Amino acid sequence: MELFIDQVLNGIGRGAVYASVGLALVIIYRTTGLLNFAQGEMALFSTFVTWWLTDQGLGIVPAIIGSVVFSVIAGAVIERLLIRPVESAHSPLNVVIVTLGMFLAINALAQLIFIKPGQEALQMPSPFPSGELVGIPKQTIGLVLVLVLECALLWVLLQRTKLGLSLRAVASNPDSARLVGINTGVMLMVGWGLAAGLGAIAGSLVASQSSGFDTSLMQGILVYSFAGAALGGFDSPLGAVVGGLIVGVAEALTYQYGPEIGLGGIELVVPLGLILVVLLVRPNGLFGRTIVERV
Amino acid sequence: MSLLELRGLGGGYGQVEVLRDLNLTVDEGEVVVILGANGAGKTTTLRAISGLLDRVSGDVFFDASAITNKAAQAIAQAGISHVPQGRGTFGDLTVDENLRIGAITRKDGGVESDLARWYEMFPRLAERRTQAAGSMSGGEQQMLAIARALMARPRILLLDEPSLGLAPLITKEVFERLGEINKEDGLAMLVVEQNASLALAIADRGCVLETGSIVASGPASQLMADETVRKAYLGF
Repeated sequence: MELFIDQVLNGIGRGAVYASVGLALVIIYRTTGLLNFAQGEMALFSTFVTWWLTDQGLGIVPAIIGSVVFSVIAGAVIERLLIRPVESAHSPLNVVIVTLGMFLAINALAQLIFIKPGQEALQMPSPFPSGELVGIPKQTIGLVLVLVLECALLWVLLQRTKLGLSLRAVASNPDSARLVGINTGVMLMVGWGLAAGLGAIAGSLVASQSSGFDTSLMQGILVYSFAGAALGGFDSPLGAVVGGLIVGVAEALTYQYGPEIGLGGIELVVPLGLILVVLLVRPNGLFGRTIVERV
Repeated sequence: MSLLELRGLGGGYGQVEVLRDLNLTVDEGEVVVILGANGAGKTTTLRAISGLLDRVSGDVFFDASAITNKAAQAIAQAGISHVPQGRGTFGDLTVDENLRIGAITRKDGGVESDLARWYEMFPRLAERRTQAAGSMSGGEQQMLAIARALMARPRILLLDEPSLGLAPLITKEVFERLGEINKEDGLAMLVVEQNASLALAIADRGCVLETGSIVASGPASQLMADETVRKAYLGF
């Protein structure tokens, strides 16, 4: 039983990271209607920026904050310079291809800038203390607290500020948003900036949880985050969080109990099987909205 | 000079030219109705004014300055509110949020009192304040779209087929409200409408659009009396 609880907690910690990346995916999906396949690699680059700042002697928390600032600006610039020029073209597939290209390019760029030849995996210090609190690892508590804080800030931003209202208006109906005087271009840049900032936090934290990281850090995580977001419903931030946590726990439990029932190594398949079942029953995901058009 | 003036306006979509040398004015406080068959270019005319058309030639003057080819958000901020065909409400946001978005670029402190005013004029919206706009009936959404446009405190309102898809009784109510608003605030309106008799009833002037240019115009009462206009657009 104790082992079971340990694995659930472990899964929640992993799931918190999937949820953060999932939130970033959902933000871009809601504001632009497209899937950003480069989200994970953008987060990877941000993670290297965090690492570089700590390497310069900065503490881990200021380093993460610095990396978030860098990432918000870089995300906005990417939207303006790489995404917008192809977005006005006729097929939405163009943008997908561009994000796939960014996936490869950003990864290569990170390798080029940050990894010296022959270098061992890099170490990221953890912002959380080690040890346990009432039997729960403090690292897990920290990961969950960060996720809760992210959700709270995001909720306040989207539901309680004029900027958030403008962002949601652009997501809901871009033409009408322009007709009420909203600069939709600026809002898209804000959306990409926000997503990149969330990715920076998620990447830095996941790197701090592993014994060492390299340029493959985010690749598995992106798949699980996509899975979590699809499970929760791609247009719902709450769905991304719940979906990410479910995927994390499912992964951890399968990892633990899979071998016992002769299914070792199946943990990669289980979250995807879960999604298949959920999407068969609820095609819009657990929290996704069914779009009803009234005319 | 008129509040809004279109001079030799042309434009269209892709290779297709929809508007041809279109001339039209709307004065301060005036309601002007554009009549015309499907495909005549009525919607395109409004989209050209509010900056939603890719390609525009000729001149659009608003309040004596040229706004041709300006960005849609800049034109909206200058004081032109466009209620598009199909209403263009933000379906997954609440009624209250839709109205607040209408005022999103305003910096003055009058937003709350304007909200109260339009809720009073459209009581159905007040009842449904926290409901998602997309879940309301077509008539309610049309009222919402108009109220949202008014929240910007525009100098002129562009209305594209406000009666589209509405029951006759609701259509009548929509035009009654528009007439009241024009009388109370002296707000200028440029209305595109298939339901010509209702629209002309609140209008000062009307004009007839055919294949992208204005072929007839005059005081609303004169158009109502004109035999060809009556046959073509009023159906009696």
